[in-house]
Amino acid sequence: MLRFTLRRLALLVPVLFGLSILLFVWIRALPGDPARSLLGERATPEGIRQIRALYGFDKPLVEQYWAYLGQLVTFDFGSSIRDGRPVTDTFLEQFPATVELAFFAIVFAVVLGIPLGYAAARRRGELVDGAVITGSLIGVVIPVFFLAILLKLVFAIQLDWFPTSSRQDARIDATHITNFYVLDGLLTREFDAAWDAIVHLVLPAVALGTIPLAIIVRITRASVSEVLNEDYVRTAEAKGLHPQVVRRRHVLRNAMLPVLTTIGLQVGLLLSGAVLTESVFAFNGIGSYLFDAIAQRDYPVLQGYILFIALIYSLVNLAVDIGYGLIDPRVRVS
Amino acid sequence: MTAQLPTLPTGPAAGPGDGATVVGESLLRGAWHRLRRSPLAVAGAVIVLLFVLVALAAPLLAPYEPASTQWAGDVTPQSVPGPSADHVLGLDSFGSDMLTQLLYGARQSLIVGVVSTLLGLSVGAALGISAGGLGGKVDTAVMRLVDILLSIPSLLLAVSVAAVMGQSQLSVMIAIGVAQVPIFARLLRGSMLSQSRSDYVLAAGALGIRRRRIVLGHVLPNSLGPTIVQATLSLATAIIEVAALSFLGLGDSDPAVAEWGRMLVAAQERFGNDPRLAVYPGVCIAITALGFTLFGEALREALDPRQRR
Repeated sequence: MLRFTLRRLALLVPVLFGLSILLFVWIRALPGDPARSLLGERATPEGIRQIRALYGFDKPLVEQYWAYLGQLVTFDFGSSIRDGRPVTDTFLEQFPATVELAFFAIVFAVVLGIPLGYAAARRRGELVDGAVITGSLIGVVIPVFFLAILLKLVFAIQLDWFPTSSRQDARIDATHITNFYVLDGLLTREFDAAWDAIVHLVLPAVALGTIPLAIIVRITRASVSEVLNEDYVRTAEAKGLHPQVVRRRHVLRNAMLPVLTTIGLQVGLLLSGAVLTESVFAFNGIGSYLFDAIAQRDYPVLQGYILFIALIYSLVNLAVDIGYGLIDPRVRVS
Repeated sequence: MTAQLPTLPTGPAAGPGDGATVVGESLLRGAWHRLRRSPLAVAGAVIVLLFVLVALAAPLLAPYEPASTQWAGDVTPQSVPGPSADHVLGLDSFGSDMLTQLLYGARQSLIVGVVSTLLGLSVGAALGISAGGLGGKVDTAVMRLVDILLSIPSLLLAVSVAAVMGQSQLSVMIAIGVAQVPIFARLLRGSMLSQSRSDYVLAAGALGIRRRRIVLGHVLPNSLGPTIVQATLSLATAIIEVAALSFLGLGDSDPAVAEWGRMLVAAQERFGNDPRLAVYPGVCIAITALGFTLFGEALREALDPRQRR
C-alpha cells in the first residue's frame, strides 16, 4: 500500500512540472507585450517596468523559467491588476467559501443520487427507471449558469424562499474564525448565523450539484444493476439471507466502488462549475473572483488560480486513487 | 450474437483475417437494429437530424435577415416586444427577430461544435495512435502531456486558451477543441493497446503482415466505434461550452453572428421581466445537447456487443 501511494505521488511531479512549463509559455503567448497584456489598458510605464522586473522578461528564457519556478515554489504569483492584492492571499481567503459550496453541492448530489440510482436499478425498465434516467439526462444537458439563473428567478425572486445573493445576510454580525461560515456559526454557537449561511447555500449548491447528481445517479444505476446480476448475490439470496442483509452487505458495498471514484472525479466539475454558479449568486468564493478576473483579463489571478485549481484537482484525484486502493485490494496489484 | 461472442473477449468486431469484414458488417447491421428498437435512440436521432436540418436550412426558414436590428427602437430598458403577427417569438434583447436569431444560432452551434470536435478528435487521435502504436518514449511523453492537460478542469483549460487567442469564432473553436484533445488521446491509446494484445493482431503479425498495415488496416478501424460515440458526446459538451465561454465574456464578440450563448447572457439582465428571452436560447442549447447525448449513449450501447442482454 505504501509503495502504491508513493508511486502515485511520484507521478504527480512530472505533471506539476509540465504544468509550470505550460503556464510559463502561456504568459509569453498572451497577445502583444506580456507586461502590457498583464497590466491591461491601465499600463503605466512604471507598472510595465515592475512587471518586467518581476517576470524578468529581459533575461534569457532559461533564466526566466528558473526564476519563475522559484516564484511558483514559494506560491508567489504576483498581485491582481484590479485590486493590487497578492493572488495567494485572495485565493486562501476565498477558498473556504468555494469548498463549503462544493461540499454542500456534493452532499446534495450523493444524498439524492445514490437512492435514486439504486431505485432505478432495482426497477429496471419500469416507470421509476425511465423517470430517473430522463431526469438525469436533462440534468447533464442544462448549462450550469442557465440553471442557476432559473433557480434564482423562481425560488429567490418570485417565490422569495431563499436569498438571491451573497454568503450571509449583511445584518448578521457573525464571528469568522475559519471562513467556513456554517462551521464558524457552529463553533461560536451563533446558530442563527450558521442557519443563515445554510439558507444562502441552498440555491448555489443545487445549481452546482445538478450535474454531479445526474452523473452519480447514472453510475449508481449501472453499477447496482451489474452487481445484482452477480453470482454471489444470487448465492446470498439462495441461501436464505434476509433481503436487507443482501442489499447492504453484498449489493451496496460492491456497487459503491465505482460510485466513490465518480464522486472524487466530480471535483474538477465542481471547481469549474463554481466559476459559473458563484457569479450568478454573487457568492464570494474563488469562482466569482475568477469570473471577474476572466472578464477583465486579470492574468496574474487567472494564472495563479488555474495553477492552484490544477494542484487541488490532482491531489484530490490522487486521494481518490489511494482511497480506492484502500477499499479494493485488487487495484493495488496493477 | 452467439456467433460472435466466442472470438470476442475484448471488444467489437475482432474476427481474424478476412473474416473481419463479415463480422464488421453484421455488427453494424445488429447495431442498426438495436438503435431502431430503442425509443431513446430514435428520439436522439430525431433531435440531431432536426437540428442539422434547421442549421443547414436557416436562410430558407428564417423570416428575416440575421442580426437585423431594425426593430431596436421598439426595445426599451423596461421591456422587449413579445410575440406578434410579424414576430412569432417576439424580439430578442438586441432588437432582432427572436425566431431568426434562434434558427441562425443553430447554424452557429453546428459549425462551432463540429469544427471544435473535429479539431479535438484529429489532434487527440494523432497523439493517442502514436502513443499506442509506437509505445516507449513516445507513449510516455504523450501520456504525460495528457495528464497535464487533464489536471486542469476542461472548462478552465478552454478559458486559458481563449484568453490567449482573443475573442473570435476561431478562438472559441480552438479553445473547445484543445479541451477535448486529452479525452480522444486517452481513448485511442487505450483502444490501440487493448487490441494490440488481442489474438487477431498477434495472428496478423505471425502471418508477417507489416506493423503499419496492421495498425492502419485492422486496429484503427476497430477503434472507430468508441471514437464515434465519444465524438457524438463531445458535440453535446461543445455546444454547452460555447455558451459557457460566452457567459464568461470569452465568446465570439461579432454581433452579426447569432449565438445562443450570447443571447442567453444578454437576456440575463431582463430575466425578471422577460424570462422568455433567456428561456428560448437556454432550451435550444439543452435540447440540442440532449439530442447528441441520447444518440451518443444509444450508439455506445448498440455498438458494444457486451451490452446486449
